[in-house]
Formats: sequence, C-alpha cells, structure tokens
Amino acid sequence: MGELAVEKHAQYILSVEKRKDDFESLVMEHLRLNGAYWGLTTLDIMHKLGSVNPDEVVTWILSCQDKESGGFGGNVGHDPHVLYTLSAVQVLALLDRLDAVDVDKVSDYVAGLQKEDGSFAGDIWGEIDTRFSYVAICCLSLLHRLNKINVEKAVDYIVSCKNLDGGFGSIPGGESHAGQIFCCVGALAITGSLHHIDRDLLGWWLCERQCKDGGLNGRPEKLTDVCYSWWVLSSLIMIDRVHWIDKNKLSKFILNCQDLEKGGISDRPDNAVDVFHTYFGVAGLSLMEYPGLKPIDPAYALPVDVVNRIFFQK
Amino acid sequence: MHGRPRKATKQEDPAAAAAKSARLRELQSQLLHFHHNRIYTKEAVSVSSKLLEINPEIYTGWNYRKLAFQHNLKEVSDTDTDTDTETIKSAIEDELRMVEVALRRNPKSYGAWYHRKWILGQKLVLANFDHEFRLLDMLLKADARNFHGWNYRRFIARLKDVSEEEELKFTMDMINTNFSNYSAWHNRSMLLSKLLRKKAKGFHEEESILSDEFELVRQALFTDPSDQSGWFYHLWLLDQTSTPHKPHLVSSWPSDKLNIEISAQFKEKCERFPIIFCFNQQVDGVNLATVTINSKLVSSEHITWKPLSANNSRKSKIWVGFLENFNKYCDNSEGLSVEISVHCCESIVHSEFVMKLSHMDHQGKNGDGFEELFLWDCPKSQEINPYLVSYDPWRLRVERVEEDAKWHLDTLSAEIALFKEMSECDEDSKFVKLTLTRLLGAHNSIKSGGSAYFEEILKLYDDLIKLDAPHYRYYRDERSLVLLDQMTSSKDSLVEYCSRCENSSFSCINPQLCINFSGLNLTRIGFVERLLWVQILDLSHNNLTSLLGLEALQLLVCLNLSHNQIMSFTALEPIKSLQSLKVLDLSFNEIGSHPVDTTRYLCSSPLSHSCNVTETMEELARENIKIGDFWEAILLFESLQLAQLDMQGNPVTNERFRVLVEKVIPCLKWLDGKPVR
Repeated sequence: MGELAVEKHAQYILSVEKRKDDFESLVMEHLRLNGAYWGLTTLDIMHKLGSVNPDEVVTWILSCQDKESGGFGGNVGHDPHVLYTLSAVQVLALLDRLDAVDVDKVSDYVAGLQKEDGSFAGDIWGEIDTRFSYVAICCLSLLHRLNKINVEKAVDYIVSCKNLDGGFGSIPGGESHAGQIFCCVGALAITGSLHHIDRDLLGWWLCERQCKDGGLNGRPEKLTDVCYSWWVLSSLIMIDRVHWIDKNKLSKFILNCQDLEKGGISDRPDNAVDVFHTYFGVAGLSLMEYPGLKPIDPAYALPVDVVNRIFFQK
Repeated sequence: MHGRPRKATKQEDPAAAAAKSARLRELQSQLLHFHHNRIYTKEAVSVSSKLLEINPEIYTGWNYRKLAFQHNLKEVSDTDTDTDTETIKSAIEDELRMVEVALRRNPKSYGAWYHRKWILGQKLVLANFDHEFRLLDMLLKADARNFHGWNYRRFIARLKDVSEEEELKFTMDMINTNFSNYSAWHNRSMLLSKLLRKKAKGFHEEESILSDEFELVRQALFTDPSDQSGWFYHLWLLDQTSTPHKPHLVSSWPSDKLNIEISAQFKEKCERFPIIFCFNQQVDGVNLATVTINSKLVSSEHITWKPLSANNSRKSKIWVGFLENFNKYCDNSEGLSVEISVHCCESIVHSEFVMKLSHMDHQGKNGDGFEELFLWDCPKSQEINPYLVSYDPWRLRVERVEEDAKWHLDTLSAEIALFKEMSECDEDSKFVKLTLTRLLGAHNSIKSGGSAYFEEILKLYDDLIKLDAPHYRYYRDERSLVLLDQMTSSKDSLVEYCSRCENSSFSCINPQLCINFSGLNLTRIGFVERLLWVQILDLSHNNLTSLLGLEALQLLVCLNLSHNQIMSFTALEPIKSLQSLKVLDLSFNEIGSHPVDTTRYLCSSPLSHSCNVTETMEELARENIKIGDFWEAILLFESLQLAQLDMQGNPVTNERFRVLVEKVIPCLKWLDGKPVR
C-alpha cells in the first residue's frame, strides 16, 4: 500500500492559507472559516499544528464574528451562520483558546436558532436542516452550554427525520444521505440518544456504501468520493459497526486520491485536490488507526486529546 | 470542489483568468458594500444578480436579496396601493428567475433552493404551481436523484395540498420510467406507510397492498437485479411482513410456574431479587400502575421497575423489577409465592413462581464468598437442570402464531420459493442470497418449532462470505446470531452446552449451572431472553467485540470473556448493570491497543451528557491521577462490586493501572490470580 505523504499535505494546506486571489479561492472565500477548520484539524492530526501561529489565527477568527448577534460568518464581513460558528468554536477548541470568546454570547446566538418543533435554522432566514441540528448541538456541547436548548425536542425532531431504511434525511421525509446521517448520528451521540437508532439496519445501509473500488459513496447507486470516508466511517464508528467494511480497501482508495506531486487529496483519483477532501481523507485514515496520525473523535470531529481535554479537565 | 480533473484539459489564458478573478473580486466587494450600507437600488440588486449567477454559493448574496425584496416591497406598500399586486408579483418573479439562473449553474445549490422556498413560503401571491411542477420535472429528468428537487417537490405538494395518493402516483411514474431510482422508491415507502398508518380510503387492506408492492418490486428485481434500489425496498416490505405491529412478551424471569431453590447464603446476601421481562420491541409503561402482584407477602410497592437501557432511554425491550428486602420473605417453610401480571401493550402477561430455601446447602461458608479463587473448569453436566426441564423458548410464542400469521407465512413461503429459484439461476448474486437468508430467518421467527431453516441459513452465510469478501464481518455477525438461535432453540440443543460448577463458594440459586459457549467463533451475542436464569457464563475463546445483550442477565455472578477481541472498557457498558457480578475474566483481549474507540458513545459518559464526572473521578483527580487517561475504566469498575478480576494480556495492564483498579474496586479480593493486599 502506498503511504500518506504527510509533509506534502502539510505544505499544501499552508499554501492554500496564503493563496487568496485566484478564481478557485475567490469562489470559496465565503467559507474560509470552514477551510481554516479543515486545514488546521488536518495539520493537528498529522502532528503539524506547530507550523501555525495561533495568535494570528485567533485574531482572524474573531474578526469574522458579527458583534451584534454573536455568530460567525464564513469570512470577514459575511453574514453570521451557524455553520461558520461551529468552525470558529472548533478551531478555538483545537488551539485551546476558547477563552477568546464570550461563551454565553456565542451560545445565545446558536440556542436562539432552535424552533418550536426542536429543529434548528441555519440563520435568521430560517432554512431548516438536520445539518444545523448537529452543528448547534456540537457547538453548544463544546462550550458546555447544551442546557440552553431544549435537548429533548431537538432529539425528537432528529428522530422524525429517520427513514424506513434506517438512515436520516435533511428534513422529515428527506432521502437518506451519508452526510445527513453523520449529522443526525453525531447529534444523537452527543446527546446520549443513540438508542433511537436501529444500528443493525443503519449499519448495513452504511456498509453497503463500500463499492468495488474500495471507496465509499453517499447513497445507493452513486459515485464513490473521499469525503464519504468521513461521513460514512464516523457514523459507522459511533454505532460500532465499522468492522462491517473493509478498512484496508478503503485506506488504499484514499491513498490513491493523493496528489503526490503537489500535495492534497481529491474526491476521486486524478481529480483536483482541495482542503475539504484533504481533511476528510486524513480524518478517515485517522479513524482507521493509520499509523502516525492522532486519533480523531467521530462525533465532535476534533482530535480525541482535544475532546478529552474539554470534558475531563476542570 | 467535486469532479474537476487534476490536470486541466486545456490551459486557460492567464490574462483571461486574471480578468475573471478581478471581476469576481469586484462583484463580491460591491455586494458586501451595498449589504452593509443597506443600499437596495436597482443597480445594487443587479450587482447581486451578476454575482449569484457566477457563484450561487455566496450565501450573503441571497441574504442581501431577501433584505432588498423586503425593503422594496415595504416602500411600495407605503405608497400606492393600486399597483400593489402587480409590483409584488413582478418582484417575486424577479427572485424566482434569479433562482432559476442559479440552479442552471448549480442544481444543488442550497442557497438557491432555499431562496425559492422562502419567497413562495411567504404566500404573498398564489404560486404558479404548473410552473413549479414543470421546473421540477425538468430538473428531476436531468437528475432523478437530486434530493434538493425531491425535497422541494414535497414542499410544493404540501403548499398546494396535493394528496398523498396523487404523490404516490408520481412515484409510480418515476419508477416506471426507470426502476433504478432509489429516491422514488424512498418517497413511495414514506407515502405508503403514512397511508397505511392512517388507514386512508383504499389502504385498509394492508395485506393486499403489500402483496401488490411485492409484485411491483419483483418486476424491478427481475428487470435490473444489479440495481440496489429494489433490494432495499424489498427489505422494507419484508420487515412490514414479518414484524408484528403490537409488542408482546417474549420471556420472563422467573418463568411461569417455576420453583426456585435458593441457598441460605443467597437469602442472606442478596438484598434485591431481580424479576425480568423481555419484550420483542422497545416498550415503555412498565410501572406500579401496570403491574399487579398477587402474593401473601409481597405487594406492588415492594418492587421498583426500570428499563434496562443505556443512557436516557425510557423505553427498552428488557425491564427489570427489583424485589427489595426479599430475604425477609423466605423465612417460612412455605416459601415465597408470587403471581405477577403485567398490563402493558394491550396484553396481560402472567408469571407465577415459588421461591424456597434449599435443603442441600453448601459447607456453611461465612464470609462474602470468594475466599478461594474461582476457577473456570466446569465439567459437563448430566444432571437434570430444573430450568432446562421447563425450558421452552417457544411457549410464549405459540399463543401468538395462531392469530393472523397465515398471510405472513404464506407470503414468506412464496417469496422463499421464488428466491430459491433465482438463486439457482444466478449463483453469484449476493443480494439474492442475502435476501434469502432474511426470508428464511423471518419465517423462523414466526413459525414455532418444526424444522427451522438453520443449516440452510448458515450455509448461505458461508457462501456470502466467499462471494462478498469486503463485507465478511457483517456476515459473520449475522451468522453468530443464527448459531445462537440454533443452540438455544430447544432443551435438547442447549443441554450440550451445560456444565456444572463444583468449586464455587458463593451464594446462589441452585444448582450452579454453567453455560459454556466458549470456542464457537461468536462475534456477537443474541437471544439472551432465553438465558435469563444463567448465573455462570463462559464466553471465552470467541471473537466478541460487542457484549450487547448481556445486560439482561441480571443473575450473572461469574462471566468469562477471556481470549476475545474486546477493544475498550466502554464496550463493557452492558455489564455495568449486573449488580450480582463477582467474577470477571477479561484476560487476553485488546483493551489498550486501539486509539479509536468504537463504543465511546454507546456508554454513559460526560461526552454524551449521560453522566457527570463522578465523585470517584474527582477523588482520583485530587490524587493527581490523570482521569482523562482512565475515565473509561473508572466509570466501569466503580459501578461493579467485583471480588475477582483478570486483566492480564491486555496492553492497558501495567503497574499504574493495577494500582488504579485496586483503588476503584475496594471489595476486590483477587487480581490476575493473586490476592489483593
């Protein structure tokens, strides 16, 4: 089996951080905060977080915060949204700098997005999606403020999105999709509610995502993609069914998606790389205990030592 | 971010590329400027149009447009009321057109789809439903699996108040166009189950509806057996056919009409006697109100009922009631006679049992027991086991089989025959074989006694392991369950695995029988409802990674899990509730060699908000022990009262760990075969 080109990927990530002016970077400018999370978490898993200046990062993150609402936008001047708020909190957790924010202000922003039926909107405009349920629950949990929401209703709403094939959709009746499944399983895990899941039924649906090329797809009859190495794999781990896939074949698939010349990982072999797929590929390998990588927590999507520090140290 | 080739097929002219970037940068900063300064003129809004056409993912752009829409509408209503409707309509049309432009660029843009929903959801005017459905038809034709499209279709259908029956017809059209359409089958299953549940007009006869669906999916499977959609739909139909709608009791401890003999020691030591009920589905509502006790000495208040489930669940398949202070009841020579009725899930179940002091007593050991090391060398027993004599896992089932199982059994038999035929024609189809195992299994679970399909199912799993190697561990898990089903299916089969323990000194219910399931390549546990009476269980030398099911064995005193593949302490969560457990052998597993814990969220811990940092942990933290390193072990061992523990052969075991264990389990007498100081 080939090897993970840790040095190359680290250099690639650092170079992306600097590159802001080409078309590809501009098109993703609105989610730069997500990119920071993907890049920095990958560096940490590869034991390379030291090459980053934490103060600079913290300053930039804080500049993305909307002073009025307390939420974070994807970049400076962009509107606040719960997706970027989670990335901000995750990166601060990674750098052990959660003290840099007013925890209650941020939590109030997130908690304020919960609706009567327990669901969560992404922002003031009201789009509802179980992705936002996960993001809100994960964020509040990291800030030790889960008590600001109605957890029971949040769980009930997620369960209402459970489908007959055992999976979860974005809203009630929405088709099962690995990304949504990760979000729902993660939210249920964090709230101690995994008993709502038929783990054998869902586990089988998830393990059937592994295709002949060893990679995983997101739902039946779709193409394999490295990002599902995270969505599917972490879900399988949380419900203790990861042994139902062939980890060797999946590792090979991920390693084949590396750009060994320029660094980075792509969605499929020989496609263009990006930070998003680099993170998911490395995180997937970490979940499979690839040697030399820090273990990552499947629910919080942060290194285990970071999560343990948050929950077991006073 | 997806689907772009690594090496660009043609090199872009650098000047053109720079111009493109500059334009995008210009539009973005203009948008942010207008947005922050609340400028909503026509020119400003047209900048947002140009921007969103190039990049529909800029969510702030869509937010800006909503603000502009609201602002400009407010301006209108503040002035002229005559041109109101026309202006509103035209404003809405502008937004809808913007969305269509964006969707042409990216049919999966969250921002674009939501903007459309937001506009129409305001219900300022009646939506042009024809237009909406035509748009959807076009998009779903281009990509029948676009879930944004399907979600939007459900939104529009609700807005227009389209009936579920009509939408069901639409799924039929999509399926007829192309059988390979998981999204359509999914929608169909949702609509059907809603209609069946509501017992809507034309959907009363569940059996005939399901028969039609079986017919439909059969066509799909024959037309294109390699497409997965049909197989998943078939699995759902099978589940509808084989799972009873109403929950019922599967087994109980003590089982009905049982005579139990307890030793004087047991009566002395055991403060709470467990009474266990196992249902086939998760139920709630087992409590003082629904349980009646008929006994001279015991009344309802003496028993507290709780569900045996992890974390915060109020529902469980297994419920346990503890008869508190029961040792004072067994003093008289009559013994304790109890009749319990559980009124729950629309049925009443009875259990009547008698508990007496045993005449054969042990050599009057006075201590807590376990002054000697417990050894796992139980010889096979020929002795008649009173529990085995009355052992009949099917007894409770027989009452149920009579009621309308006929259609279910007939349907299953027909499907089995069909799939056996298919299997002969296509040796290499994994889905045919897998479906056949499920059909045979479902038939087994309904039809009592008789010839169960065990050998056939086991052979099919062996075939599947060869045919679909990447998933072999899934098939091994399923195979373990079938094996356990077979082994516990009757007293004749179970007696092979019984042995008698001679060397125990602990208090017990007589006789001390050991169930020996060692060396069977088991990867998981099942059918525990048939083993509720077991006190000594040997599961050593298997391939267990999961212990789920063991929580039901509330009488367990000795458990041997050595030489398995248990990877962490969190995997032992199921045994946390075993209050009687005294002897635990965990030697030669894999605890400590796995950085990733697959049962981390299946146990009670602060990470899942199902328990707080405990007092024991705080004490240990004060003694400078890094609880972050050992929290799993601490949470497990502090809830057990073990007398004997074996941990050797696990990477986690070292001197530091042994010291910790002795601290956390004060009543421990033996550790790794040596006495504890």
